[in-house]
Order: sequence, then C-alpha cells, then structure tokens
Amino acid sequence: MNMTWFEQNLASIVAFVPLLGAICALLIPAEEKGVSRWSAFFFSMLAFVMSLWMFAAYRDYSSSMAFEVRKEWIPAFGVSYHVGVDGISLLLVMLTTFLTPIVVLSTFRAVDEKVNLYMFCMLFLEACMLGSLIALDVFLFYVFWELMLIPMFILIGVFGGDNRIYATIKFFLFTFAGSLLMLVAILYAYLHSTDPLTGGHSTSIYHLVNLNISPNAQMLCFLAFSLAFAIKVPMFPFHTWLPDAHVQAPTGGSVILAGVLLKLGVYGFMRFAIPMFPAAAMKFMPVIAALSVVGVIYGALVAMVQNDIKKLVAYSSVSHLGFVMLGLAAMTVTGVTGALYQSINHGVSTGALFLIVGIIYERAHTREIAHFGGLAKLLPFFAAVFLVVTLSSIALPVTNGFIGEFMILIGTFASGTLKHAKIMTALASTGVVLGAVYMLWMYQRVMLGPVTNEENRGLEDMNLREMLYMAPVIAMIFIMGLFPEPFLRKVEPSVNKFVNQVTSRAKEVEEANARWNEEHGVKTAKAPEDGNH
Amino acid sequence: MQFTLQHLGGNEYSFNLLYLIPLFPLLGAAINGLLWPLLNRITLVFAERKLPRGLVHVTAVGAMAASAGAAIIAFLKLRGLPLSDSPVFVFHWWDWFQAGGLKVAVAFRYDQLTAVMCLIITCIGAMIHVYSIGYMSEEESYNRYFTYLNLFVFFMLILVMGDSLPLMFVGWEGVGLASYLLIGFWFEDSEKASAGKKAFIVNRVGDAGYLLGMFMLFVLFGTLNFSELADKAAASGFSPADHPWMLSAALICLFIGAAGKSAQIPLYVWLPDAMAGPTPVSALIHAATMVTAGVYMIARLNFVYALSPAAMTVVAGVGAATALFAATMGFYQNDIKKVLAYSTVSQLGFMFIAVGVGAWWVGIFHLMTHAFFKACLFLGAGSVIHGMHHEQDMRKMGGLKSYMPITYWTYFLATLAIAGIPPFSGFFSKDEILYKAWTGGNILNPAGKVIFFTGLLAALCTAFYMFRSVFMTFHGESRADEHTREQIHESPRTMTAVLAILAFLATSGGFLGLPHWIPGHPANVLEHWLEPVFAQSAGSLVFHEANGFLFAVISVAVALSGILLARYFYLTPAGQQKAEAWRQDFNSIYTLVQNKYYVDEFYDFAIVKTIHAFSVLLWRIADAFLIDTVAVNGLAQITYYAGYAFRALQTGNVQRYAVGMIAGLAVLAAVLAAKGG
Repeated sequence: MNMTWFEQNLASIVAFVPLLGAICALLIPAEEKGVSRWSAFFFSMLAFVMSLWMFAAYRDYSSSMAFEVRKEWIPAFGVSYHVGVDGISLLLVMLTTFLTPIVVLSTFRAVDEKVNLYMFCMLFLEACMLGSLIALDVFLFYVFWELMLIPMFILIGVFGGDNRIYATIKFFLFTFAGSLLMLVAILYAYLHSTDPLTGGHSTSIYHLVNLNISPNAQMLCFLAFSLAFAIKVPMFPFHTWLPDAHVQAPTGGSVILAGVLLKLGVYGFMRFAIPMFPAAAMKFMPVIAALSVVGVIYGALVAMVQNDIKKLVAYSSVSHLGFVMLGLAAMTVTGVTGALYQSINHGVSTGALFLIVGIIYERAHTREIAHFGGLAKLLPFFAAVFLVVTLSSIALPVTNGFIGEFMILIGTFASGTLKHAKIMTALASTGVVLGAVYMLWMYQRVMLGPVTNEENRGLEDMNLREMLYMAPVIAMIFIMGLFPEPFLRKVEPSVNKFVNQVTSRAKEVEEANARWNEEHGVKTAKAPEDGNH
Repeated sequence: MQFTLQHLGGNEYSFNLLYLIPLFPLLGAAINGLLWPLLNRITLVFAERKLPRGLVHVTAVGAMAASAGAAIIAFLKLRGLPLSDSPVFVFHWWDWFQAGGLKVAVAFRYDQLTAVMCLIITCIGAMIHVYSIGYMSEEESYNRYFTYLNLFVFFMLILVMGDSLPLMFVGWEGVGLASYLLIGFWFEDSEKASAGKKAFIVNRVGDAGYLLGMFMLFVLFGTLNFSELADKAAASGFSPADHPWMLSAALICLFIGAAGKSAQIPLYVWLPDAMAGPTPVSALIHAATMVTAGVYMIARLNFVYALSPAAMTVVAGVGAATALFAATMGFYQNDIKKVLAYSTVSQLGFMFIAVGVGAWWVGIFHLMTHAFFKACLFLGAGSVIHGMHHEQDMRKMGGLKSYMPITYWTYFLATLAIAGIPPFSGFFSKDEILYKAWTGGNILNPAGKVIFFTGLLAALCTAFYMFRSVFMTFHGESRADEHTREQIHESPRTMTAVLAILAFLATSGGFLGLPHWIPGHPANVLEHWLEPVFAQSAGSLVFHEANGFLFAVISVAVALSGILLARYFYLTPAGQQKAEAWRQDFNSIYTLVQNKYYVDEFYDFAIVKTIHAFSVLLWRIADAFLIDTVAVNGLAQITYYAGYAFRALQTGNVQRYAVGMIAGLAVLAAVLAAKGG
C-alpha cells in the first residue's frame, strides 16, 4: 500500500471505517447478537486506531489543512468532496472515535433486542459525526449534519424510555427547524460565492470566507447559521429538547449526544458561522456571551432541583456548554483554546457521568435520586469512580475540567473585543460554585448517608466489563488534567489562526460594509471609522 | 543544585530533589489507596488471609517521615547558603499548560517562607499520623483514612511549594477535596456528609474569588508566576496609581479566597461544622495547616498587597472583626471541639490582622505558634474524647485531671500558650501582632487603633473561654455517669508522646521570635530568616516606634483577667451562682450567643432556601412553562392548528372545490359590480 496515499486520505479513512462497520451491522442477522456486538466494537476500535495514527501524523500546516483531499463531486454546482483536518477538528475527531468503542462496550448487556439495528445506528452516527467534522465543503457538511439526525432519531425512538416518541420528535423537529434556516443561508451564500478558478459558484469553505454580500445579509445569514448551531449546542433558551432527549435516550445515545453531538454546534460556529460572517459574528458576540452566561447559571440552578439523575446531568450540560460558548465569544486565543479543550473535557466527563447513570440504571431500573442513598457503602468501587467523575465535572484541578474552565474564564476576562467581558466572567464564575453545589448534593443524596432503601442492598458493584470501559475514561480525566500540553500544542496554532483571521477579516468587512452603505445610501448612526469598535 | 537566575524575589538555584517532598505523601496515598487493597484482595482469594493492618500505618507514617526528611534536608541546604543573597530553590517539573499569553508550569519554589511552611506541615503532619494510629485503631476503613490524610499532605505541600498562583490553586482546591473527604469520613452519618459538602461549597465561594483575583492580576501583570509578579510589581513601569480600582479589587478578591479557606467572616461557617471529622483531622487540617493557607497566600503576595492600603485595611479589618466575633461565639459552646473550632477562627483572625497591617513575618510567626498549641489542644481534646468513649460534651466531663494526667498537663500548657501568658509561645506572637497593629502605618487611618482594641478584647475573650474549657473538662467534680467514669483511661503511648512533643513546642516555640524590648536584644530568629521573602515590600512599609514592654504588660494583664474571670465563673460557687443569675437576666443575649448569632440560620434562609426556591421557579415557570410549553410546544400547536384549518381547503372532494369556486366567482362578481356601479 502506498503510505503517502494512506496518510493523505487518513481523514476520510477514519470517517469511512465506521460506515463500513455500519454496513456490516446490517448484514448480520438479528439473532447473532454477539457477532453484531463484537463487529461493532471491532470497527469502532479500528476507527480509533486510525484516528490515533492521524493524531500522531498531524503536523501544524500553517497555510492549509492537514490530510486535505478535494475531489469534484457535483461540478455543475461547484460542490466537491473536500475534507481535511486542523487543530480545531482534530481533537473532536479523537473524542468521537474514543467514545464510540466505549459506548459500544457499555451496551453489551443493556441492549438485548435489535442489536444489529442499534449497532448500525451507532456506527452510522459515528460516521456522520466524523464526516461533519472533516468536511470543508459546506454542502458536504450539511449532508452529514442532517444524516446524523436519522440514527439518533432511531436510537431514541426505538431504544428509548417510555416517553421516547415525544422526545425523539421534539429532538428531530427542534434541530431540523434550525438546520433548514441554515440551508437557506447556505444557498444564499452559495449564490454569492465565486471560485476564482472556475469563475462559478462554490460551496468550499475556502471560497465562502470571502463572501461579498450586504451588511444586512451578513447579519441574517449569521443568525440563520447561529440558530442551527445554537440549538445543537444547546444555548439558552433553545435547550429544552435536550433534557427530554437525554432522559428518553438509551445510555449509549446519551453519551454520544452529550459527548459529541452537542460539540458539533460549537464546531459549526468555529468552522462556518464565524469565519463566513466575521463582522456580523463580532457584532453578535456580546449577545452570544450574555446568553452563555445565562446558560451557565440557569443550567446550574435548574440542574440543582432535578429529581432524576439523568436530567440533572442533562441540565449540567447546558451549564457547561455555556462556559464553552463564553470562551468562544471572548475571541482570545486563550479563551477559544479553552473552549475547545473544555468541549473535549465535557465529552469525557459528561460521557462518563451518563455511563455511570447507565450502570446504576441497569441495576436499579430507576434514576430517581430519592430512590437511592448510602450506596457508597454497598458499592465502594463504583463510589470511587463516581467521585472521580464528579470532581472532573466540577473542574477540580488535576482533572481535565479545570484546565478548560480556567482557560475559558481567564481568556474571557482578558478579552479586549468582548464588551463587559469582566462582568460576564465574574457572573460566569458563580457557575464554579453552583457546579459544586448540584454535583456534590446529588452525590451525597445518591451515595452517602445511611442506606435508606432496603431494595438497594442487593445491588452489585461494577463488574469487569464496566471497569474495563470506565478505565480509559478515568485515565483520560487525569491525563488531560495533568498533561494538557500535547493536546493544546495541536490545537493552539489553529486557534491562533482562527482568532487572527476572524478579527482581521471582521475589520476588513466592516470597512467594506461602510463603503457599501455609502454607495447604497444607507445612513448609519456611526461614523464609518467607528465601525470597528 | 545550581545557580540559574537572579530575580528581585531572590537568587534562584535549581534543586532537582524538591519534588520528593510532595511526592512521598502522594506515593503513600497511592499505596494505601490502591496497592494494598488490590493485594489484599489477591491474598484473600489465594491465601485466605488479610494483609496485616500495620502495613497501612507503616506506609503512611513512612511516607510522612520521608517527606519531612526531604523538607529538612532542603531546609538545611537553604540555610547553608548566605541569607543576604536571598537564595531560593526552584525546580521546574513540566510545562503544565499554555495558550495565548498564559503560561503555567508545574514548578516548585522553596524559599525561606516555604521552608517554614513545609517544616510545619511535614513535621506536625508526621506527628498527627502517628497519633492517628492509636486514635483510629478501631476504625474499619483504616486504609481509607490514611490515604486521605496522605493525600491532604500532598496537596498542602503543593499549595505552599507551587511557584505560581494557578499551581497554588491546585493545592488550594486539593486540600479542600481532602478536607471534604475527611470531614465526611464517616459518610454513613448524613450530618457528617453534609458538613463535608458544606465545607467544600463555602470554600468554593472563596475559590471563585481567588479565580477572579488571579484573572485581574493576570490582566495587570501579564503573569501569574510569583517571581515574575514580584519583578513586574517592582518594575518602574508599574505604578499602583494607574490601576487604583483593579489592583485593590484583585487583592480583595484573593482575600475572599483566603477568607473561605481560612474561615473568616463571612465564610467561616463551614469550620465549626467541619468538626464532624475525626479529631486528628481537625488538628491537622482545621487548625494547624490548611486553614492557615489564606495567611500564607497573603504573605506570599506581600509585594502586591503592600501596594494597596485599601486591600490591606480590608484584610486587617476582617481579621480583627473575625477574631472578636468568633471569640465571643466560643463563650457558650459545650462541645469541646466546637470551642476549639471557634478559637481557631478567632486565632486566624489574629493572623490576618498581622498580614493586614504589613507585619508579614508576625503573621507567619503566629501561624507557627498556633500550629503548635492548637494541634496540641485538638489532640488533647481527641485524647479526652477517646478516653471518654466518644463523649464531646464538656458538661458531662469535669475532674479528668486525675484520670488523664498527661492529657491534662499538655492541654493546660497549650492553653497557657493560646491565652498569651509569657513565656509560652502564643504570648510572643499575639503580643507582637497587637504591637504591630498599633504601630503600623500601612493601612487607612485610624483603622490600626480600632483593630488594636478589637484584638485586645478578643485576647481577653480567648483567655476566658479557653480556661473555661480547661476548668469544665479537667477540674472540679466529674459529671460523667457511673458507667463512663469507670472506663475513663489515659490514651496509649502513641498519642501521649505526640501530645508531649507538641506541648513542648507550644511552650518554647515563642523563642524563635523574641521581641525587641527584651533586655539585651536577643536575635529574632524567625524575622531574620524570613527577611529575604519580605524584602521587596519592606521598603514601602512604615512602623512607628513605641514602647514594646508597655504593650506586653497590657497583654499579660488582659490575659490574666480573662483567666481569673473564667476561674471565678466556673470554679467558685459564688461565681457559678452569679453566672446562673446573669443567664436568667440576659437570657436573650445568652440565647443569641449560644446559637452563634443565628448566622447559619440566616444563611440557610437568605441564601440556600432562596436560591433553591428560585431554582424551582426557574425550572417550573421559565423552563417547563414559558420556554417549553408556551414557546416550543406552542409553536408546534400553532403549526398543527394551522394545518388543521387549511385541511378544509384540500379535502379532495370535487363538490367542495366546485362550491368554493362558485362562491369565489360570486364574490368577485359582486366586487366588480360594486366597483362598476
């Protein structure tokens, strides 16, 4: 095999291995549960190994993307199969491939019917997520982005809890509504794009970052993109689909949903919405930051009063993703790097929390906090694992969460472009306190105190399989907390480029907008030279 | 060890073995927490026997001894270098994280201040580990206890050795975690688990302040590394007048962090509850070491604090207020550990007075003497509790003097020290604090004088309530029931030996910081030793001259009157009757004080319940109703009804279409006719 060809196409390979697995899953008869499981595990591990390879082979390509491949797909419309990876997508790809085998392993007992369908959905979902992460063509991205809904729809709708139909339809419509507006914006942007080589329109991100459209159109397009991504993140107040989806989804679905799917919203902002419409983005940053701060506090407060552990974790995601979006809105290298790092951390630690909820649900068949109490005495090993994950979630130093949260907050505080950055940071730092409140309170009610419910006395501690899939997660919590540099080194150059490009492009566009307004006789309240501020 | 860099903060020598000091306790924790349980499981399966319990404490104490040994070696090496050069040992382990302009390394700094802290932590820590062998001997989760205890020491060492604010924060939150785990050590008791949680959360409030303070310093100075901060703060380019608001705000935010960790107003509420933990834990964490972290932090940042008189006034003012407020709460506590807890809060207030008025070394001096006498007091209380079979109520004690002589005498000596009787250690440090408060000219006027009198009053209260605890516990008639009295015993040798050593330190520790007024001007060892650390701020601080001897006389007079008052009220029948009569007359005040001014109740109502109710409202009204029902499902409903309405237009029924067409034509014709007419 030609090594260079292999390495050059590594991004595509990573994304298509799970697709191959998904096809295999369909070919396996429903009775052969074991074959389905192990084949899914094999393919997801293969994808992980490939992505490790990619991680090792990744170098900072300062001018272009790594593992970039561009093939004509629908030349008539300027659509191409254009993929590649940079520091921004690299870690998210790693997170996806890291979590999927764990999820597959975790469902060996929980899913006992339609195993092949379940595994198909998992692997197909993984392929779609990876596809959207490597896509550099907005059309290609959109295809993957929408395809993702189908396996998730099935995962919740077929394998979910009692109220799964409501939850899955809500999830679908919510995200789909946002996506459709984005599609309109994509079409608009496409019609105003030019590929300098062919002279025609193009959907490649390289050409879409140089759009020449009216200031109002920039605003509207940015809002359309933002809506789609904000729903996915989910930012307050577009978050209400999330608790429902989580509560109804099976454990594996929840892990992937919280672990990766939400991050695609953040990623969408970074890859498409902000670079395509930098001036509009910079204008809306204070709004995004304000909504994020509300999300941080609101999510934490509402999480605090939940009775269902899974719902609590779901609302905690709203709070954590608020931190992530705040760091992004700061548009400083530290803040954005922190936001990206925290996305990965959240995937690891909240993914782990959902796995833990799954472990306990498999045994007790309930997730009501009131049903538990004093489990630490009965399940000492589980208690220790749960505690580590809890501490990671509340961002205790030496765990991964601290690095991300710290960089986000300090990066936001020092932001020169974000209005009221200092007040917003101060408000967001109350989330640091509230996070400890809801997590420790929950931990206490479930694990500490006397055993209040005699039914729980029969519960078994974690078994070998469960230890096996929790072990890498626990390891990652500490590795990413103690040695973040190997990860940050891959991320930071790309973030640096992103921040510089967006801020400088925003200025250029502002100037262009001022000229445009002048030519078109639009009166602006501000003098043109004030437009940058 | 080789010379590397010259900073204003000192000449840096890299010393590669520094990491061993914190590493040993970490290893101890890992072995006790992971390796032994694993091996235990294996031997249970294959040899059908458990590992001996002794392995656990040999590991834990061994780790502590090794760590103390490393700290002592580093101290001796540091002492071998000329002090005038301000030598500092540094060790850069690895780059932790960096992004943008932010760079944080896992690197240690061992200067004169760190040396003092490390010696206190490792030596007292080792002693308390030894003491725990006896105290926790009947405990089921023996290895869990020692794992947490070693883990605590590890984080505490990171806290004092870290060379930057973020690394100090690692230790800062880490000790909070260890404290959480140890307070809630007996987690099957819901109250104890809650106490641990409360400690963690109240500390987190402080930590949020710490974070914000750190961010502001970063914006001001562009670094969070101590020696770089010192350089930047001293550089001619930096003038505090340029940042009047931000600098003070940063320092006050950091002080909020200190107030959380060191239990100052308004964040002291967790410490009395923290007494739920095992008593050796209270001695080590909640008296001798962890709670002094705030004082250490301010002393460490002395060069920045010296730039902001406003922030220093806040520090000293809060310290003084806490010293007095907590001392009055010690009056009517009947739980022996609670008395000591409030006393700790109060003594920490004294330390903040010291660092607040700019007398950095005095703050560290009191930190050290307090570590000696308070550890001794707590362990003495532990010995009493151990001997009384888990009785903590002083009303059920009395007359223990004859049953537990070693415990009594060590407790008594330590009480003399805390009360401020010369030549016991507490006298020297407390007297020096009050002296510096009076003579210091570094905070806003006339705060120093107010703080002096507040401190004096607090000292009076301290002598009173501490001797009250001695009299109630050890003197008079035994008030224990028959059954308990028969079983009272002196504690085992591992415990009493530690008590004796600590009592010796509490007695003699003051000689390390002899005051200036003593005839012949003996050397002040501690002040001299710490000089390089505080050299940068020394130039800008002012202390007036005053007659130190006079202050000492006042101090002693105050302490003696406190003791005599306690003796009168608790040992003489006349005094007891008088106290009872006053209690009747001033019942409301008595109740107020005994209930700790209802601060906990106020917090519970004003903060905990309010936030909880507000959150429920948010969830039910904002989330479930406004967003979900009205906006989201409402939109879906509108769509649904719109579809329902429009469905009538597309029934597929040709007759209906025909009716529609004819009706439309009719309307059209009518409109045209009307127009035409």
